[in-house]
Amino acid sequence: MNELVVETDGLTKRYGDRLAVDRVSMTVMRGEVYGFLGPNGAGKTTTLRMMLGLIRPTAGSASVLGRPAGGPEVTARIGALIEGPGFYPYLSGRDNLRTMARYQGLPATEVDRVLEMVDLADRAKDAFKGYSLGMKQRLGVAAAMLGSPDLLVLDEPTNGLDPAGMADMRALVVSLAEAGQTVILSSHILAEVQEICDRVGVINDGRLLRESTVAELRGGATLRVRATPEDAALAAVMQLAGDEGVRRIGNETLEVDLPVTAAPEVVRHLVAHSIDVHEVTVAERSLEDVFFEMTGNNKELVS
Amino acid sequence: MNALNLKALGNSTAAELLRLRKWSAIWVIVGAWLALSLSFGYVFNYVAYKTGDDNFAGDGAGNAQLLAELMPNAIPDVIVSGLPMFGGALAMVVGALVAGNGFGWGTWKTVFTQGPSRSAAVGGSLAAVSIFIFAMMTATLVLCAGVSVAIAATEGQSITMPALSDLAQSFGAGFLVLEMWALLGFLVGVLAKGPALAVGLGLVWSLVVENLLRGVGSLLAGIETVTEALPGTAGGSLAGAIIGGPNGTPGVLDAISGERALITVAAYVLVAAIAAVVVMRRRDLA
Ligand SMILES: Nc1ncnc2c1ncn2[C@@H]1O[C@H](COP(=O)(O)OP(=O)(O)OP(=O)(O)O)[C@@H](O)[C@H]1O
Ligand SMILES: [Mg+2]
Repeated sequence: MNELVVETDGLTKRYGDRLAVDRVSMTVMRGEVYGFLGPNGAGKTTTLRMMLGLIRPTAGSASVLGRPAGGPEVTARIGALIEGPGFYPYLSGRDNLRTMARYQGLPATEVDRVLEMVDLADRAKDAFKGYSLGMKQRLGVAAAMLGSPDLLVLDEPTNGLDPAGMADMRALVVSLAEAGQTVILSSHILAEVQEICDRVGVINDGRLLRESTVAELRGGATLRVRATPEDAALAAVMQLAGDEGVRRIGNETLEVDLPVTAAPEVVRHLVAHSIDVHEVTVAERSLEDVFFEMTGNNKELVS
Repeated sequence: MNALNLKALGNSTAAELLRLRKWSAIWVIVGAWLALSLSFGYVFNYVAYKTGDDNFAGDGAGNAQLLAELMPNAIPDVIVSGLPMFGGALAMVVGALVAGNGFGWGTWKTVFTQGPSRSAAVGGSLAAVSIFIFAMMTATLVLCAGVSVAIAATEGQSITMPALSDLAQSFGAGFLVLEMWALLGFLVGVLAKGPALAVGLGLVWSLVVENLLRGVGSLLAGIETVTEALPGTAGGSLAGAIIGGPNGTPGVLDAISGERALITVAAYVLVAAIAAVVVMRRRDLA
């Protein structure tokens, strides 16, 4: 289960004097949905291109499915949509997929299968140049899924989709993940990553800041207790959580560094000290909070 | 491994043929080529023959010559006459479009992420272009045969077909000249990463620069050795060798021997194909 599908080692790409990707070492495990999160220009696409062998690293290396990235025996087992769909404008959606299927020696039935998956079957006869942005994007995802690859790499697949389209795309990725598909999904949308990814790599300015599970990244949840009188409540809770473990956050509310499971004990303790408990809530840090802390650069991010 | 490569090459060729077949821009070029071949090979000469017959009844010798060129017997000359000029230019446009558009459209990127090796993908594209050029040459032959037989029948002439060996030689030479220009166009499309610059520069080169150089070359010996190695000189001389010397059609030459022309054209075909594959293998594809 913990088999490595992707492993990069000090992956670096330099354009002139700009370091687009700076010593990125990341790992993707089989069967997981890996979120590659970062603002515009962070180096997501550049990293993914190196992973696919579209461009060569300045330094470092990437191994995909146990082999050096870029060889035909590897790319044949990857499906990818990198920085927007690239198709023949004069061909219909179906003929575009037929062409791409022929490149892999796949039968035409495979084309129908992926068209159904992205819900494009009824527009498949229309020319690609007449497609809306969202339809083009979906055709790109369909092409990536041709031949049921072992690894699916989707670079901002929800780009250009309306809210319903975004929800469909997320549902598609979730259903693929449930079937055991390994997916790398880049995004600058935190909510998206939080919703569908198992693990996240956060990249900013070409550097991988952190790689962990979504839960780990957010940190443990904390308890918030509104109780009066506040001074007595503070003293009482400190007996449980220690002097450092409690903070006043205003409105007669205390933030307590205790796991959610400790809530009943905290309430019993306060009641035993004749303190009135008005409200106990669980405060979760969002990925967004964590991200802002990490990057200090949030202007381009949308949540 | 070799069998696998061949299979990948076959798959890529089939894929490229599918998308070329459905590309209307390509058919416009084929249509233009056939229309030009027909016009310059038959229509103008036939009109001249007909009107000449009426106006200069005594001028039998000129008219007999004109008629002879319209007969099936002359097909080997006709199918190579138009190649050095517009045939090469049109073939070059085909090559440049096929290779160059893949960058702007992002289709090279999509193809390379589908799994074939870059050599197989580019090789398949080159093979598809070659098959296409072969089909274009075949269509030319069929059209010329049909038209010349029709003229012979209309004019009450006996229908004498050319020797099969002459026909094969002419067809082969014509295919090679078109193939050379198409693959050179492909290479320029790869180098320019787009069709527009490639088509523009390619046409200026093949139609203007080479002719100017040949003009200068007749004055300066040093330049002449250079012009003798140029693709236009080689293609024109190969056509000239088939026809038996310059026949007044622009671009048909006798600058170098037919043998040397054949070797030069074949060398350009090989070099262009190999260079296109090598450049695409090494390139960063954004
Ligand atoms: N071909 C190139 N030539 C020069 N610079 C490049 C090239 N490709 C990328 N860069 C630079 O590398 C940096 C990272 O770009 P990249 O496309 O990887 O970012 P990204 O994380 O995918 O951003 P976005 O969310 O906008 O897609 C940017 O500063 C970009 O300008
Ligand atoms: Mg990007």
